[in-house]
Parts: sequence; structure tokens; C-alpha cells
Amino acid sequence: MQLDRRQFTAAALAGAFSLGWRLPAQAQTGAAEIGIWAVVHQDDSIVVRIARSEMGQGTSTGLAQLVADEMDADWKFVRLEFVAPHDNFARKRAWGDMSTGGSRGLRGSVDYVRKGGAAARSMLMQAAAARWGVPAADCTASASVITHTPSGRTLRFGEVAAAAAKLPVPAEVTLKTPAQWTIIGKSVKRLDTLPKVSGKLQYALDVSVPGMLNAAIAQSPVFGGKLVSFDAKAIAGMSGVRHVLAIADNAVAVVADKFYQAKTALAKLPIVWDERGNGNVDSAAIALFVAEGLSAPTAGTGLKQGDAAGAIAAAPRKIEAVYGTPFLAHATMEPMNCTALYTGDAVEVWVATQNGEGALAAASEAASVPLAKVKVHKTTLGGGFGRRGNQDYTRYAVLLAKQLPGVPVKLIWTREEDTQHDFYRPITQCRLTAGLDAAGNLAGFHMRISGQSIMAFASPGSLQNGVDPRMFQSANGEEFGYHAIPDLLIEHAMRNTHVPVGPWRGVNTNQNAVYIECFIDELAHAAGKDPVAFRRPLMAKNPKNLAVLEAVAAKAGWGKPLPPGVFRGIAQNHGYGSYVACVAEVSVSPKGELKIHRLVAGTNPGHAVNPQLIDAQVDGSFAYGLSALLYSEITIAKGRVAEGNFDTYQVARMADMPKVETVVVPTGDFWGGVGEPTIAVAAPAVLNAIFAATNRRIRHLPLKDQDLRPA
Amino acid sequence: MITLLINGQNHSVDVDPETPLLWVIREWLGMTGTKFGCGIAQCGACSVHIDGAVMRSCSVPVGSVGAGKITTIEGLSPDGQSHPVQRAWLAHDVPQCGYCQSGQIMAAAALLKETPKPTDADIDAAMTNICRCGTYNRIRAAIHTAAGEA
Repeated sequence: MQLDRRQFTAAALAGAFSLGWRLPAQAQTGAAEIGIWAVVHQDDSIVVRIARSEMGQGTSTGLAQLVADEMDADWKFVRLEFVAPHDNFARKRAWGDMSTGGSRGLRGSVDYVRKGGAAARSMLMQAAAARWGVPAADCTASASVITHTPSGRTLRFGEVAAAAAKLPVPAEVTLKTPAQWTIIGKSVKRLDTLPKVSGKLQYALDVSVPGMLNAAIAQSPVFGGKLVSFDAKAIAGMSGVRHVLAIADNAVAVVADKFYQAKTALAKLPIVWDERGNGNVDSAAIALFVAEGLSAPTAGTGLKQGDAAGAIAAAPRKIEAVYGTPFLAHATMEPMNCTALYTGDAVEVWVATQNGEGALAAASEAASVPLAKVKVHKTTLGGGFGRRGNQDYTRYAVLLAKQLPGVPVKLIWTREEDTQHDFYRPITQCRLTAGLDAAGNLAGFHMRISGQSIMAFASPGSLQNGVDPRMFQSANGEEFGYHAIPDLLIEHAMRNTHVPVGPWRGVNTNQNAVYIECFIDELAHAAGKDPVAFRRPLMAKNPKNLAVLEAVAAKAGWGKPLPPGVFRGIAQNHGYGSYVACVAEVSVSPKGELKIHRLVAGTNPGHAVNPQLIDAQVDGSFAYGLSALLYSEITIAKGRVAEGNFDTYQVARMADMPKVETVVVPTGDFWGGVGEPTIAVAAPAVLNAIFAATNRRIRHLPLKDQDLRPA
Repeated sequence: MITLLINGQNHSVDVDPETPLLWVIREWLGMTGTKFGCGIAQCGACSVHIDGAVMRSCSVPVGSVGAGKITTIEGLSPDGQSHPVQRAWLAHDVPQCGYCQSGQIMAAAALLKETPKPTDADIDAAMTNICRCGTYNRIRAAIHTAAGEA
């Protein structure tokens, strides 16, 4: 790729502006707020406000594209500013939902942020028309310039911004049609790259507040355990140590001048914990507990049509397989942390959060101060992946700061603490059963998932008659790709452990896609059919799923010869509103060493707002998914997590990363997600390719301890 | 008192010589471009150059640096964007969350100094820093771009 001078300059310009945490004062020189989503300066620069969090997916750039396009702005003038949660609260949630998860950053905001851009355009046009004394209908806007068509006169946005800001925000605006888009759909560069390349971007871990102390935390190693006592005298006098304080009823913190001093002292602090009866739980016991659910008499139903049991019983051949996937930690590169300052009647936090309003509420509750007395300074996240939707770290930081009124305290998790106190991807197993008729056609499909529910842990009140519908991601009425199977039963037996669980990029699509797509591949091979040809009739009622499957098959040259020793596998999925598929090309050496040569990905996200950012998310989701496939596993020993740092909780690195080619095939009739959907198809495509290469079915992840030698 | 030469400037700090260089840079000297990721030299977020060689500063006792010339991300180029690696990173829009990128850039700059035209295998061997956003393919492409420019 050649350096493009024009793009480079634009990126440099955009990055030259720091990514502010707060809205500027209204009176800031030359700045005019045109509605709530855009501020136009006299020099034509445009600040687009972003309510969602930026955790790497480029959501903020995509949102700015949506606003700027409807404004008819010149993209080179656009920069970003994050709305502070307390400003959103003070203005009665003018900026709407701030939570960032479920791949909803764009698709959940798409109507109102575009309307905000269109309203700003309308106000700017009216201001220009008024200046000229002409009808606004005679004016057009393009690239931040308004033209009075009959006379050819022009005004720049910056010249009319102050007047436009005084106009009422129109209640009704007409949005552009996709054919009129000039910025949406373009592979513009991210607006937040330069400070990430210069090292100048301040993450939450980099926050410095005058007078700030630093703290390290130890939480009960056994989940559900309680703090009994600690011996602060044992570390008194250690360098920099100021305080040793309990947090809530299950954690203790050492507060010191520097974090390094705090963590060094904490490692030497004698602490007594009450394990509350969970101190003997281990992974083997959990595996048995989950396995029992595979054949338990009762289970929640996710999808049912026809008579799966009858069809399978009547079929001449029955195929059955049991799969399993472990608990997983998120391992964001920036460990959990939060800085808090409690001043008696108010609290202020500096935090990386996927849910600004959730952080506001958590700080309010922990400090026992009203919401109006909370300030939340959101920073860019050093990774989220679902972890930073939970506000445990905000809560703990405030509970600690509350004990030190007037003193700002930054509470930081070590990597080990971060790995051992996560909200993990839930553990599940799955038994799949199907019949094949004499001609190798599928006759009945039964999928029984057993394992832990996030909803039961995080919001049990949302369960529907005891069922967590999200357990059926990829396998529900909307997302399951094989509705042409007449006899179908998909169930979940809930088996909850004492391990806390939470959303992990892609959530339950990860394991469900492995279960479904690998088992369909098993069936295809049992039937002696090509995996794509076998799927086609089963997907007859799911044309969008099939179209993406066909697109990746075509791009990958499915069915065409490969170099000696290289084999293909394929998988598809529908989740977070988007249709995705993947072809993997792998080889496995006689010693069982896996090499993933290439992944061809396809996605139909409805509208593709920024194709190069979609490419980046496909790459990134595959890297995250391959970590889980190849290496990552959280195990439980004596009630606690056995893994600690990246030496024991291993993740994918450069040498593991295959070439990724992405085909984006938007059908333009819906808004689908981008950050999560594709993660689900990397692992099953690779597993199916491993089978093609080795004749071995790997049904339990990760691969690190599996024998892959060709059978 | 320990004197450190960082980005061409001398800094004197009163600190236990066993303290890892990372924390001295971040907490005693307030330079936060160098990141904490793991503390055991696994992830590389804390990568800096000492006499031109890339080192994981979380595992370098500050007392061992002596007169070594330390370069952090803040000192890689005068304007934070003109080193060939930084230019290539901008051209390829490499960072996602960005947290690991200081370390990635420092590792890449050291690789290119040692091996001006690295092969993919050279990159695999040298670039062992972790990126959880999975920017590896763009890092690889950007290193090749920077190598072509240099």
C-alpha cells in the first residue's frame, strides 16, 4: 500500500485534535452548537459528538460518517468529541443510549444521529438563505459549502454557523436515500489514529489527577468468598504505602504513592478469606455437572418444528456428537482500572467503560450521592470485548475513594487480578443428534445445549419462564440458518456454576456456531456429500445466509484444487443482525502442527458504512476467535481461576494470524452489526478444515492440548 | 538517586534500583505512552529501546540500565508521527483500541533497524507483542510499507 498524501494529511489533521472528554463551554470562541450532535467552528472545523464508547471498533468514526453525510459536511473538517455521561444526564438523555455492546454502536443509533446531521444541515441552509434573503429551497449544500443555485453565491458552514445555532432544531427532517450518500459507504480513515501512534492518547490507566494516590486490589480468590481479615502491620513501613483498606465485603486494597509500591506491598499482605463453601469446586466437577444437563429430562426450548425425535428414530442412520467449550477471560490489553475522587456530597470518576450511564449509576450508588452529583470522565477503552459493560471496577474504586474523602485514588487490577476476576464467557457443552435417510438427506435435528446462562447471573428477572433466550443465539427462529429442516428441536438445560459470567465478543454465537456448523459438516461427511452442497437445500428458507455462504465459497475457490497438503473447511452464521461465513485453508503436519494459511470471510451487514473498518473488524474478530480456538481456557481449581497472566492464559500472536480476505456483500435493506458477527465462523471453519486434513473431529476447545496428527 | 537518559534528556529519580523501568517511566516521570499490560514480559505493551534494542521495560530493573540510552514512544520522532513506522501505521490505519500500539511500534522500529527488509518469517519471530484487537495483519503490512520506504 502506497502512502496516500491526501489521506495522510487528513489523518494527521484529524489526529491533531485531542480526543476531549467533555463538551466545550458553549461560549468557546467561534464554536456554534447546531443541534446537539455537531458543533461548527468559524474555521469550518466540525466536531461530531459521540455518545457511544470507542473501544477499538471504530464506532466513533462510523457514527461521525453518519452525521457528517447527512450534514453534507466536508469530511476533512470532521473531528470527534465524546459526550460525558453527566452532561447526558443533565440534559435529560439528549444523546440517548450510551451503552456500547451487542454490535449496536451504529445500528442502534443510526436513525437519530442521521436525523441530527440532517437537522444541522437544514439549520445551516436556513441561516444562509436568511443571510441572502432567498428561499432555503433555492439553496443546496455540498462539502460544507452552501450554494444559492440561481445566483451561484456561496457561504461556508463556518460563516453561517453562529446564525444557524440560534435557529430552532427542526422536528421533521428528510434523510438521504442510500444513493445520495457521499461519506457513508466510503473507506475513510479513522479519526482517532494519530494519538494512538504518537503515544499521546490518555487511557484511563494514564489519568493523572493532582494529589492522586494509587491502589492495588485483591478480591476473594474463590468466587463468592468473603474477606475475613488482613494484617496491615505486616506491610507497614513498606515504601510508599499509605493505607490498607477493605473494599465491600470481599476485597482489600493497598493505597500507596505509586501503583508499583501498592502492588508490591499487596503481594506481601497476609489476608484471610472465607471461601463460603466453594473452595473445593474444580473444572472436573463442573464438567460433570454440565454434562448431566445433556441428557436431563427437562430443558428450555429455543426452537421447535415438526417431530425431531420421531424423525431421528425413524431414520436408518443416527449420527450423534458431543461438543464442549470452556470458560474464557476477556484479557483486554488495558487491565481494569478506575480513578475516583469522593468529596462528601459528590463523586467524580475517570474510567474506561462500555456503558457511561452504567458507570454514572454505579458511582452514584457506591458513593451514596444523587446521580446529579456524579461526574464520569470517559476515556477511550484499551479494549472492551464485553468486559467493560460490567461496572465492578467503577464500584470498587468509588467504595475505596469514599474512605479517603478529598483524595483521588486510582485503583488498578494487575494482569493476574484481571484474569482471575472477570465475567467469563460461559461454559457449555452440546449434544447434537440427527438422522440420515438412505439417500443421505437429513432427517431430524436435535441440539441440546447445557451450561451457564449470563442472564441468570446478571439479570435473572429477565429470564422468560426460566429460559435465557440468548442461549439460543445462532440457533433461534431468526438466526438459525437451516429452517428447511422439517423436524427440529433446539433446547438448553441451564447449569449455573459459582463462576461469574458475562458477554464476551460474540457471546453465545461463538460456541453455538461451533456446535451447529461442525455438526452439519459431520453430517455432510457421513452422507458422503460436499459440505456446501449438503447445506444448500437445508438453507432454502434462509436465502441471505446462503448468499453469503456462496459468496465466500466462490471467493475461496471452493471445490477447486489446493496445493498438496492444504485442506478447506466452511461455516456460516447469522448474529447481531449480520450474515457471515468463512472458508478456512489449513494444513496439519504429520506431527500434528496446525498451520492456518488463509481465511476468506464474507459478511452482509445490510449497509456497509465503512468497508475498511469492516475489514479491520473481521481481522480482529478472527484473531480473538482464533485465540479461543487455539489456546485460551479458564479452568477452576479449588474454587478459583487457575490461570493468571499471559503465560498461562495464552492468546493468539502475530505468528498465529493467517491471511484474511474479506468480501463485504451488503444487500442495503437493513443495518447489521460489525464488531461481533464474524467471530463466530472462524473456529468452526478451521475445525472443519482440520477434519478434512486429518480425519479427526476435534469437539472440545481449545486445540492446544489436542492430538491433531492425521488419523 | 538514579540518573536515566530518556529521549535525550537526563532524569534523576530517587527510587529502589529493583523497581521496573516501566513504573519509573510511567509513575515517577509521568510519561504514559509506555503501557502496562502484564508485568512479566509476555505482552510487550511496555516495549522501549535501550541503546537501540527493544526491551520489555516491565522486566528491566531500573538500576540495571546504567548509562543506556532509553527511547520511549514519545521520543521515537520529534512530532510523534514522522518515524517511518509511525507513517506506515497511519497509512494502514493500524490501531484499533490502540493500547498495545506504542509497544508494537517500538518493536517494529527495532526490527527494521536490525533487519531493514524483513520477511514474513522475520516479522513472525520478532513481533511477539500481543494485540487483543487483532491488528496483526495490518501491523505486518505496515512493517513491509515502512521497510519499503526506509
